[in-house]
Amino acid sequence: METTVTASQTLPNSLRTGPDDRGHFGQFGGRYVAETLMPLILDLEREYRAARHDNEFRAEFDRLLKHYVGRPSPLWLAERLTEHLRASASEGFGAKIYLKREDLNHTGAHKINNCIGQILLAKRMGKSKIIAETGAGQHGVATATVAALFGLPCTIFMGAVDVARQQPNVFRMKLLGAEVVAVESGAKTLKDAMNEALRHWVANVHDTFYIIGTVAGPHPYPELVRDFQSVIGDEAKAQILEAEGRLPDMLIAPVGGGSNAIGLFHPFLDDESVEIVGVEAAGEGLDGKHAASLAGGRPGILHGNKTYLLQDDDGQITEAHSISAGLDYPGIGPEHSWLHDIGRVRYEPVTDAEALASFQTLTKLEGIIPALESAHAIAAAERIAPTLGKDKIIIVNCSGRGDKDIFTVADALGVKL
Amino acid sequence: MTRFAATFAKPQTALVAFITAGDGDTAANLDALVAGGADVIELGMPFTDPMADGPAIQAANLRSLAKGTTTADIFAMAAAFRARHAGVPLVLMGYANPMTVRGADWFAGECAKAGVDGIICVDIPSEEDAELGPSLRAAGVELIRLATPTTDPARLPAVLSGAGGFLYYVSVAGITGLQQAAQASIEEAVARLKGATALPVAVGFGVRTPEQAAAIAKVADGVVVGSAFIDIIAEHGDAAAPHVEAFTRSLADAIHGAKEIAA
Repeated sequence: METTVTASQTLPNSLRTGPDDRGHFGQFGGRYVAETLMPLILDLEREYRAARHDNEFRAEFDRLLKHYVGRPSPLWLAERLTEHLRASASEGFGAKIYLKREDLNHTGAHKINNCIGQILLAKRMGKSKIIAETGAGQHGVATATVAALFGLPCTIFMGAVDVARQQPNVFRMKLLGAEVVAVESGAKTLKDAMNEALRHWVANVHDTFYIIGTVAGPHPYPELVRDFQSVIGDEAKAQILEAEGRLPDMLIAPVGGGSNAIGLFHPFLDDESVEIVGVEAAGEGLDGKHAASLAGGRPGILHGNKTYLLQDDDGQITEAHSISAGLDYPGIGPEHSWLHDIGRVRYEPVTDAEALASFQTLTKLEGIIPALESAHAIAAAERIAPTLGKDKIIIVNCSGRGDKDIFTVADALGVKL
Repeated sequence: MTRFAATFAKPQTALVAFITAGDGDTAANLDALVAGGADVIELGMPFTDPMADGPAIQAANLRSLAKGTTTADIFAMAAAFRARHAGVPLVLMGYANPMTVRGADWFAGECAKAGVDGIICVDIPSEEDAELGPSLRAAGVELIRLATPTTDPARLPAVLSGAGGFLYYVSVAGITGLQQAAQASIEEAVARLKGATALPVAVGFGVRTPEQAAAIAKVADGVVVGSAFIDIIAEHGDAAAPHVEAFTRSLADAIHGAKEIAA
């Protein structure tokens, strides 16, 4: 006998079913692109749906993550950091802190997880050229890496200002065989690099695949990037269950576009006992220049999706600022905007100065030099852990390593290298 | 009869001229376009992130914003244009965020008040029509849709649904002002589009000379020229109007004469 089953019966009250079939998370997301790109976006969506249910695709993705990227990444109990925070906390307070070590991945950050997935999609779609945008250069390096691995020509768009201040990564990309285009338009940073990548794509849709680096852009990018990054949360869940026999009480991750954060958060969204905190870059403070789109922005439309944006009354996009180039973007992934609005995730600001301090704290106490992005999450953990009981458990996403940031940090500390 | 209908009812092909609001002396340049023989005006709303535009119009956007051009300024320019030129169709062209930031109803209402006939929004495809389309149609402002070389026949009905004014055929897969499409591909595309819609079809992107414009004018109902005007304004600044008018006249003569030449 056939029975009719409604969606609400098959998917009981889950926060993990988004986006809807038009790419919306509540009012956010969508496909706000030029008509030229629409057919390609629809093709990509069809191809991704097919790939997701293809065991061979999944097996190849898993094989590359294990043997090329080096997954699973460890879940490290940061005992010295935990003890350090307990020392200044009240009696019985100071949560136990674990670090998810995405910094130990090949190329030094979570970015590679997504690049592996997308280049497999590019191959599947028969695209012969790869493009990407990059800010600090981490996504550019990860993209150039997978392009080298698959033998595909690769062009990376990078703001001219970022090219000047991230020379080591520019050189890495060139060594990997990528062409790096210095973007001279606008403020010459990440936002402008993304504009230029879109301009190039629109003129080369027939043979070019655009590997977007974060959970933003037109549908289906926010969904597929999230799915490729969810390996972070899936692993963390299994690892904490093995280590502690229970779920964590809190997750903390830094949010620029938000791909490492959504990767950690998504597998836990339906676990109500797990509190989730995203950390936005508050730059010089929310009264000054910052990159906190949720705390300081409003919903709007940019780069193919509707989401919280830093903008003025006329809808002109304002420049973001963060000491961390990876967080220096005036928007945020649309799923984060939705999670913010429904209150499932709490987003907290952390300033440049706080991140800089935590960068040094973690380095000295754990022997781990975190990326400045990740240092924002460490700073939030330092603020929150002493307010929680000793029996509580926090997982912080150490999303990348900080070697790329030593020049920025030295400069901020007044040290001449 | 709407201004669009009256314009496209003429036997000659229409010159659709684009300039960016607030770049140079906009009022003088608009008058120069009309004096030179432009049939439809597209006034670009500057945006910080003009993703579909090439270097010339990007620079015009930034010049305008650097001078402090606001949305209110643009509606004031439009209303003043309407007061001076009662019959010339006026289109605002731009990006979704400045158009929707105060709500689609507000934007559509301001367009109607200022005498704006139509809107071209680069980054709202038919899939996201709800963002702006219903408000514009309710206010009696036409939503002009874009078709491109990648718009396949299966997709075309969705693009045409809810479209008004004219259909803008973007003749190259690319950004404004750079390469030009082969004449044969334009002729094939225009024939295909005209088979699918009663709307007039205007062709743009990469049209820079009277010769190119004349060739396209033989088959299309309108020819859109933008970056070439922007280059003139970039060169001559606030004193561009006489140059704009002379160039407009050279285009208008070529376009308006094209169909008779063909016959």
